[in-house]
Amino acid sequence: MSTHQLSTSAPTERWSSWQTLDSGRLLLFAASTMVVLGAVTVAAFKLHQPEIALAFGGYIAIGELLRLALPGGREAAPISMVGAMSYALLLRVHMHHALHHSDVVHLAWGQVIAVTAVGMAVGALPHVVAGRPAGLTGMCSRLLAVSAVAAVARPLFGSQLFVNTHYWWLAVLVMVLLLTLGWLLDTLISGLIRADDVGAKFSVAIADEMRLQAPLGAAVAASAIITVLAAEVMGLMELLVFLGPLLVIQVAFRRYAGIRATYLQTVRSLAGVTEVGGYVERGHSRRVSRLAVAVGREVGMPERELLDLEYAALMHDIGQLSLRDPIPGGATVLLSADDQQRVAELGAEVIKQAQVLDQVAELVRCQSMPYLGPGQQPPLGSRIIRAVNAFDDMVGGSTERERSNAALERLRLDTATEYDPGVVAALAEVAGRRLASRL
Amino acid sequence: MVSRAAWVYIGLVVAAAAALVVKSPPGHVGAHYWVELVVLQLLFLICDSAPAPLASRQASWSPSSSATLAAVVLLGPFGAALVGAVSVLSVRRKQRSADRSLAGALAERLFNGAMYALSGFAAGVTFVRLQHRYPASHPFGPPPPHYFPYLVAPFLAAAVVHVLANQGLIWVILRLNRGSSALLPRSGIESSVPMLLASDLCFASLGLVIAALWTVTNWFAAVIVLVPLFVARWAMAQFAEQQQAYQSTMSALCQAVETKDFYTRGHSERVSRGSGMIARQIGMRQARVEAIKFAGMLHDVGKLGVPTQVLQKTGPLTEDEFAAIQLHPMRGLDIVREIGFLQEALAGITHHHERIDGKGYPMGLAGHEIPIFARVIAVADAFDSMTSTRSYREARSIGEAVLELRKGAETQFDPLIVGAFLTALEREGWRLAAPQAKPADLGVITAQDHDDPTAPLRVVDSL
Repeated sequence: MSTHQLSTSAPTERWSSWQTLDSGRLLLFAASTMVVLGAVTVAAFKLHQPEIALAFGGYIAIGELLRLALPGGREAAPISMVGAMSYALLLRVHMHHALHHSDVVHLAWGQVIAVTAVGMAVGALPHVVAGRPAGLTGMCSRLLAVSAVAAVARPLFGSQLFVNTHYWWLAVLVMVLLLTLGWLLDTLISGLIRADDVGAKFSVAIADEMRLQAPLGAAVAASAIITVLAAEVMGLMELLVFLGPLLVIQVAFRRYAGIRATYLQTVRSLAGVTEVGGYVERGHSRRVSRLAVAVGREVGMPERELLDLEYAALMHDIGQLSLRDPIPGGATVLLSADDQQRVAELGAEVIKQAQVLDQVAELVRCQSMPYLGPGQQPPLGSRIIRAVNAFDDMVGGSTERERSNAALERLRLDTATEYDPGVVAALAEVAGRRLASRL
Repeated sequence: MVSRAAWVYIGLVVAAAAALVVKSPPGHVGAHYWVELVVLQLLFLICDSAPAPLASRQASWSPSSSATLAAVVLLGPFGAALVGAVSVLSVRRKQRSADRSLAGALAERLFNGAMYALSGFAAGVTFVRLQHRYPASHPFGPPPPHYFPYLVAPFLAAAVVHVLANQGLIWVILRLNRGSSALLPRSGIESSVPMLLASDLCFASLGLVIAALWTVTNWFAAVIVLVPLFVARWAMAQFAEQQQAYQSTMSALCQAVETKDFYTRGHSERVSRGSGMIARQIGMRQARVEAIKFAGMLHDVGKLGVPTQVLQKTGPLTEDEFAAIQLHPMRGLDIVREIGFLQEALAGITHHHERIDGKGYPMGLAGHEIPIFARVIAVADAFDSMTSTRSYREARSIGEAVLELRKGAETQFDPLIVGAFLTALEREGWRLAAPQAKPADLGVITAQDHDDPTAPLRVVDSL
């Protein structure tokens, strides 16, 4: 696993001190180096074309103020990115005092970084004042991407070839390339940080990050190119006019992320009906879902499947609602195999009613099927739920190491006929880590 | 069916637009600027053919107006009309067309084309009138690049006119055609009007950016703006999809709760609908209507906390058992508390069994102390209970149930809410619970219904 290669210390030590990330520190260091470089450049050569710098800096600040929460607890600042990237790629800006030709932009690499950094800091300030997280990691990774793009673009766009309006297509080509590289860099850094944060495999985290950031990345890149080219005739007014469409896109994304969060929250709450009804022990569904997701991550499931797994784990006992009387103690592990299967089928029926959660229903339906070795076996998610559910039925909310070890031992004994040995191994790893972090 | 007045109106609009297209001076727009015209028409068609579904199922949204408004700048009023008119040709996937006649489909197409042509023309005229610096030698065709900074204000005025003309033309047809679903233009008026208008206006301003880009990159301008447009569309479609998923998951889970009891099947769904009817009738805004529908859906979820034996008991209840039933609204609150609801919805669930005379539960609130959500849900709840079959009686007719509601106004229900419900009922009707055949195994049935105002729970007098 590549995450383990990041730090060479013993696993327990690594997990007890996971807050002080190596990659996080590295990122902060790199970003602050950039800021210092930018500040030095501006101090040495003074600020060129201050009105343009002010306009773009303000744009970046607005964008940073209007950050966007994406699914999975991510944060993005698309408008800030459009502002910073288009500033890095600026060719000519039509100014009011020059009616017949657009002003060629003279811009040093360092100035782009300085303006971006100041804009971001100003935009982040209200978040800090309001008591929200400053989002330093996100800003650092954005700043690095912008610095990289500016480092190539600034020397290149100062050359005679690009000053000629005739070769706009060449400029567009270069911009597309640079923006793609910048996007890759940003995504790579976010993936790295995320892999460390939630304990996912690096390759899986990168793939997830790319899939999730692709639509927004494309919109940001295209918008940056539009901004650069339209500013050539419209001047700084363009920033204002283009803010409208960008806001609509942002609102659309916000609503999408919002409804997803509400959805999950609702399923989480409603999965609690089995607990209120006295069918299962309090907190069981949540504990199972949290542990199942951790195990799923450990075995390298991508985020999309993790979401299905989370829903399925939350609702895995919903079938018990159809039982006349609650099972004593709610522990399905004590039921006969036939009854377990019946509860699973009933639960799957309920979830199928929703029409959009067929994958989840399938996971719930297969949750009590035994593991019969490779070949014909239930889906991975079901195997995870089965093992985690049994574990929680035996351990409950307890944090005693002995109890946890005894339960794991019992699961291991049954790996030949009941539980997937790979899943049980991952469960042992996750459970061990949890106990260690509690000490 | 489409009303006669609506037909006449459609005829007038289409005739006006046709006159416009025929009268447009072909020498200018068609011959000199045909590349601009064709590319913008294509852009319009692409945007219009793939509209994003909005949250309310009937309406959808497309950013095609940005193409028309780019034409306003690049080609003038007649060009804008010609771009808007191609809406006639747009290909949409799956029209909701089970009951749609060929004439209806054709009429919708013609009307849409005419509507966009007219509003494009209106915007164009506004634009030309308002900008003074425009050289007289350039009545049509792209303005010289250095004029763009001065075009912003006239353009914004034109965008406002375009949005208003568009929505106005649609509004009239909705007015004329009330109560029929045969002809529903795409942008629904009923849901989130300010949001829709604002986003229309914001995307309309993209038109000026397209025009500016055109002077630098020609047709490539239309290609590159498609990227953000499609991303926005994707996000909106995702939102609608998630919302749909959310609603159906909710109702599936509520059904799971109802499986405990054969006779109350579909009750939550109908109470949700009824509460929504009342909320709209008393003029709640859309977000609150949505919230009250959710609250209505979940109002009885706390029944799960009541032991099945108590719910199914045939004889009179003991005090303890009655207390357990009275606790169900609080149990419901426990379950849904953490959902990111409006606080009002939570209050609605907690207090849906309070009575106006203060004799309800769980808190014995009276009159206007009872939250409005709870007063609304109480009426819908009781009405559905009375019109459904119970093990101890057949379903009552709507007329009988209405009488009972009237009787209960002032004591059990808020008379204003009852009045609003009856008005809404008259207009929209009520989908009755399907008459239930007695289940073969009489395992899970309710012998008494705590929601039924005509058969109060019988409690053993404990002296």
